[in-house]
Amino acid sequence: MLEQAFNGLVGGAFFALLALGLAVIFGMLGVVNFAHGAFYMLGAFGAFVLLDSFGVNFWVALFAVPIVLGVVGVVLERLFIRRLAPLDPLYNFLFTFGLTLILQDLIKSRYGVQSQPYPRPSALSGSLDLGLFTYPTYQVFVLAVSLAVCALVWLALTRTRVGMIVRAATEKPELTRALGIDVGRWVTPVFGFGIALAGLAGVLAAPMRAVNPLMGADLIITVFAVVVIGGLGSIFGSVTAGFAIGLVSALGNLYVPALSQTLVFILMAAVLLWRPAGLFGREEALS
Amino acid sequence: MLRIEGLSAWYGEAQVLREADLEVRKGEIVTLVGRNGAGKTTLLRCVMGLHGRAEGRVSFVDEDVTRLAVHRRARRGLGYVPDDRGVYATLSVEENLTLPPRVGPDPWSLERVYETFPRLKDRRGFPGTKLSGGEQQMLALARVLRMGARLLLCDEPTEGLSPLIVAQIGDILREVKAQGVTVLLIEQNVHFAATVADRHYLLAEGRIVESLDNDEMKAREGELLEHLGI
Repeated sequence: MLEQAFNGLVGGAFFALLALGLAVIFGMLGVVNFAHGAFYMLGAFGAFVLLDSFGVNFWVALFAVPIVLGVVGVVLERLFIRRLAPLDPLYNFLFTFGLTLILQDLIKSRYGVQSQPYPRPSALSGSLDLGLFTYPTYQVFVLAVSLAVCALVWLALTRTRVGMIVRAATEKPELTRALGIDVGRWVTPVFGFGIALAGLAGVLAAPMRAVNPLMGADLIITVFAVVVIGGLGSIFGSVTAGFAIGLVSALGNLYVPALSQTLVFILMAAVLLWRPAGLFGREEALS
Repeated sequence: MLRIEGLSAWYGEAQVLREADLEVRKGEIVTLVGRNGAGKTTLLRCVMGLHGRAEGRVSFVDEDVTRLAVHRRARRGLGYVPDDRGVYATLSVEENLTLPPRVGPDPWSLERVYETFPRLKDRRGFPGTKLSGGEQQMLALARVLRMGARLLLCDEPTEGLSPLIVAQIGDILREVKAQGVTVLLIEQNVHFAATVADRHYLLAEGRIVESLDNDEMKAREGELLEHLGI
């Protein structure tokens, strides 16, 4: 049971990293980035291709892949997202949805749909004795990295002026402009950062999850539910909900296996009935 | 200081402003009076550049700002106090105050803000929305004063507040005016408007139908109240 709870937290670590990026992007740009899962998939494939074709190891990939994907995100925001943003939100939704299909099919046409192998880095193979049970070292590492990244983002958001501007622009983008802040200037790096986080989650997933073109599509639906449960646009809510949902679905798996796929959505429906703006959302954010 | 010429605005097919003209001179407090739905809030939003579909001309300090980006208008010295007060829940009271850049020649220091509004000092570490309605209104006003705005655009700052707090807002507006700051104020409270303002514009169905001075306003208070449906 404790071990299963730990599995849940590790799963939640991926939810949290992805939900964090989605929440910041949604808050600041008003864009539901459907392609977030595709960038997670590209992160994993980036690590795989680097190792498979160029012999570049996990540690380099862990830094290089998110940076490259972050730059791709910046270009994407500049070229497309920004131009579509003033129109109906549906345009960006369709754009990122189409982009997802294109990216998935590009990878599919090159690597097929079967999963690619990615070995655990040798320094993180084996197991750790956690006192009550032993646990794979790599999974502990994933949890630690995710917690550290979330903590760093949290510090940056709460302790710096840029963080204050991002919080303000996430909560009330229009008013923040009316108070003299060039929100547009911060939108591009924030979008790139969100994509980089998705890439990082992808690299972390490569050694422990199946690396295939649909890995992101499978995950992203749950992450959307996580963001909704946490409260749309609430940064703190999405991270907390990420870990909580990981935990709940792992424990649900243990006790009611039949519900494992639907539990998250039942939970989402229940939360929305109880608090329509999500756990940490504010009612006025809906209007 | 602020001149609006031929301002029209639409929500979808519905026209909410029809060729409105208005002028606010430096150091004046001018109110915009009118029924709900007359277009008052839209007019302020147009001045700020927040309303999408608009035609006409807005100039501020002899500069045509009609095509200027929203944040640049704020940096020219427009201080926006929205009708919902616009207090951030994810920012502390002090962060709410220090978020905007300093734009004017004579911005209030944080010390002066805290001296004028001791409640904000007591609660500076709290999330902005943990304040009472009146305190949030003070915060929204203090924020644009700390910014150093030269023209305040206040959307019904007295709405839903107790007479004591309304009186306090009146004092602050008079203090601000004495400092040379100009104010364009949306106000449904005709009596309050007459005590703080120099002139009044009456807005009806998207048109400026009348411009009144204080004496006319007081003489016609009953008639105006009837028109406003209060």
